[in-house]
Amino acid sequence: MITFPGSNCDHDAHEVFLHRGHDSRLVWHKDSDLMNPDLVVLPGGFSYGDYLRCGALARFSPIVKEVVAFARRGGLVLGICNGFQILTECGLLPGALMMNQGLAFICQHQYLRVEHSDTPYTYNIPSGKVLDIPIAHKEGNFFIDENGLNELEDNHRVIFRYCTAQGETSLEANPNGSLANIAGICNPTRRVLGMMPHPERAATPTVTSNDGKYIFAAIEEYFGAGA
Amino acid sequence: MLLARIFVQLKPSVLDPQGKAVTNSLQHLGYDKVLETRVSKYIEITFAESDTVTVSAEVEKICSELLANPNTEHYHYTLEEVD
Repeated sequence: MITFPGSNCDHDAHEVFLHRGHDSRLVWHKDSDLMNPDLVVLPGGFSYGDYLRCGALARFSPIVKEVVAFARRGGLVLGICNGFQILTECGLLPGALMMNQGLAFICQHQYLRVEHSDTPYTYNIPSGKVLDIPIAHKEGNFFIDENGLNELEDNHRVIFRYCTAQGETSLEANPNGSLANIAGICNPTRRVLGMMPHPERAATPTVTSNDGKYIFAAIEEYFGAGA
Repeated sequence: MLLARIFVQLKPSVLDPQGKAVTNSLQHLGYDKVLETRVSKYIEITFAESDTVTVSAEVEKICSELLANPNTEHYHYTLEEVD
C-alpha cells in the first residue's frame, strides 16, 4: 500500500487486506523498496493536494519508479480513484481522468458492471455481474481519443462500467460523463488495473454494501489458482 | 532573466465542463453573444538565464514532461526579458 502526502484511503485498504488475513504493509512514497509484494495498491486520496492535475505530481515520487518497474516486470498493480489517476499520469494506463461533467464532487453508492472475468481483480466473477461500490471523486470523467477507445474495447480492456441496478449502461447510470460509462480499465497484460470506485469502502461488515469483497476475493482466488 | 508565460489548454476535441458552465452563466447574465468559453491554466516561470534558445528548449521539456497532459491538453508560451 503506497502512501503519498494526501492519500486518505491507504489505511482503509490496508485494513481490508489485514482483516482478510494478508500481510499488508504501508510504504511511504519516499521509500524505494517495495518489499517484493504480490500486489501493489495505489490508494485513493488527494496526492500532493491534486495540484496541477490529479496524480501528476505523485508520478515523480521515488516509489513510483519502483511501481512502474514492478508493473513492467509483470507485477500486479491496483489503482483506486486517485491511484487510477496516478496510473494514467505515469503511463501504465492510457487516457485521462477529467473533471466530472457536472463539475461537482460526487460521493454516492454506484452500480458497476463487471465486463470481463479474466483479470486478477475480477477472477471468476461472472461477466455482467452488478456490484454496488461507492464512488467519491471530482475528477473521474474518463477520457481517451477515438483510437485509444477502440483499442480498449477491441482488446476487452474495459473491466468495469457504470450501470443501473439491472446492469444497463445507460446515460442516466453514468455519474460523471465518462466515455462509454468506463469506471475501470486494465493494461494489455491485464495485471495493472485502475478503477474510480472504492472497493475498500465496501468490504467490511460495518458498511451497507459489501460488494467490494468480490474484488478482494477474486484476487485471492487468482493467487490460489496458482498464478 | 527570462519570464515564460505558459498557457495550458484543453485540446479543442476535449469537452470542457468548466467552460460550458461559465458559458451558461454568462448567457444567463444576459451576454447573449457569448458562444463558447474555454477555461485554461496560465503558468509563469522565471529563469535565471537570458538565452531564449536555451530557455525555449527547457520550457518545451517542462511542458511535455509535467505541465500539460498530452492526452487532453496542448500548450503555448511566450518569453519575455525581465529584470
